[in-house]
Amino acid sequence: MTGSTVLAARGLNKWYGRDSGLVRAVDEVDLDVPAGQAVAIMGPSGCGKSSLLHLLGGLQRPSDGEVWLAGRRIDTLSEGALARLRRDSVGFVFQSFHLMDELTAVENVELAALLAGQSPRRARRRALELLDRVGLADRATHLPSALSGGQRQRVAIARALSNEPLVVLADEPTGNLDSAATVEVLRLFEELRVAGQTLVVVTHDARIAAVADRVISMRDGSFADDSWLAGTGTIYGGGR
Amino acid sequence: MQDVVLAMLAKEPAYGYELRSRMRGALGPLGEAMNDGQIYVTLTRLTKAGLVTSQLADGLPDRPARRVYALTPAGQQRVTAWLTEVSWPKPDLTEFHLKLVAAAAARLADPVALVDAQRREVLRRLRDAQRAALARSVDPVAGLLLEGVVLRLRADLEWLEACERMWTGRDRTERKAGA
Repeated sequence: MTGSTVLAARGLNKWYGRDSGLVRAVDEVDLDVPAGQAVAIMGPSGCGKSSLLHLLGGLQRPSDGEVWLAGRRIDTLSEGALARLRRDSVGFVFQSFHLMDELTAVENVELAALLAGQSPRRARRRALELLDRVGLADRATHLPSALSGGQRQRVAIARALSNEPLVVLADEPTGNLDSAATVEVLRLFEELRVAGQTLVVVTHDARIAAVADRVISMRDGSFADDSWLAGTGTIYGGGR
Repeated sequence: MQDVVLAMLAKEPAYGYELRSRMRGALGPLGEAMNDGQIYVTLTRLTKAGLVTSQLADGLPDRPARRVYALTPAGQQRVTAWLTEVSWPKPDLTEFHLKLVAAAAARLADPVALVDAQRREVLRRLRDAQRAALARSVDPVAGLLLEGVVLRLRADLEWLEACERMWTGRDRTERKAGA
């Protein structure tokens, strides 16, 4: 279920520091993500994978190079235009959930739609639908503090989907979760992949990477390996 | 395979096709790759070895007679011995390890590229196993087997990460030493 390019990077660089202290966090990266593809970016800590994700989502500006989202160059947009683009077209999922502690689950999910000027009734209906989709219809009025880690991350995923994003960008979505909660999030990502949601996930959790259609290994700021996983047809291969 | 077929007969005598469906049920999605003919070949061997006997059961008017298989006393002893025997399948890491060592020593190939290729293969298997394990329809007992497969593949991937760290580090040290 892949089509035209949704997200692209050309000659992308992010440098920190200068002279002998210069760190090339992202080093000349080219990337094309077709619509409907689930991409996992893996690599050791400090390989630049989180920096890359921040550049792709317009959370940071590159030192050099271009980022394109749905045929539109985004790295040159004004702060205001970039903020609108993130709100309207990108869904973010973070390791530490980033939910508002004072708001209930449904209020967290509908917040972006309200800020975008949607009517409260429509925003609420959509938020409840999304909570149902992530299996938390009965937790809508709970505060995050009354939810488990896995449930909080599922609320965050529902929130990321609220603007029907062109792409969902996730940074270590299972990094703070135990094994059972990880399985909940895995199921959800698998459902999103099957539904054709374009996904880019930065992770060092092989289970999340194994949900993807494509796995990129990063080392020292650039891509060391880029493989599109075709099925083997057997679950444990032969002769093991 | 021989021991497994014997053990599946331990509860009660069975037709060949019953054994086949018992094994499939226990293996879940992993049983799909099983070759049906293998069970009959194994039953024939076990019969020759005196571990299994069989007799033809009368068929119904519209069905052919079928063979019912049962354990002999020797077969029963072998099942008991097999159940208490401690054995564990060995993942063969030695060969891959030596491949990396040889590739690096003879400069025949980049060990890190070999690790990448291996990782791709293990990730593919992990993906297939995990998809099967995440399916809500999977039987819990068969799911347990898939969980074991997933855990082993994750361990393999962690080891490959350690391999990658080692051989990337070595490569750099050697280049520095050479420069």
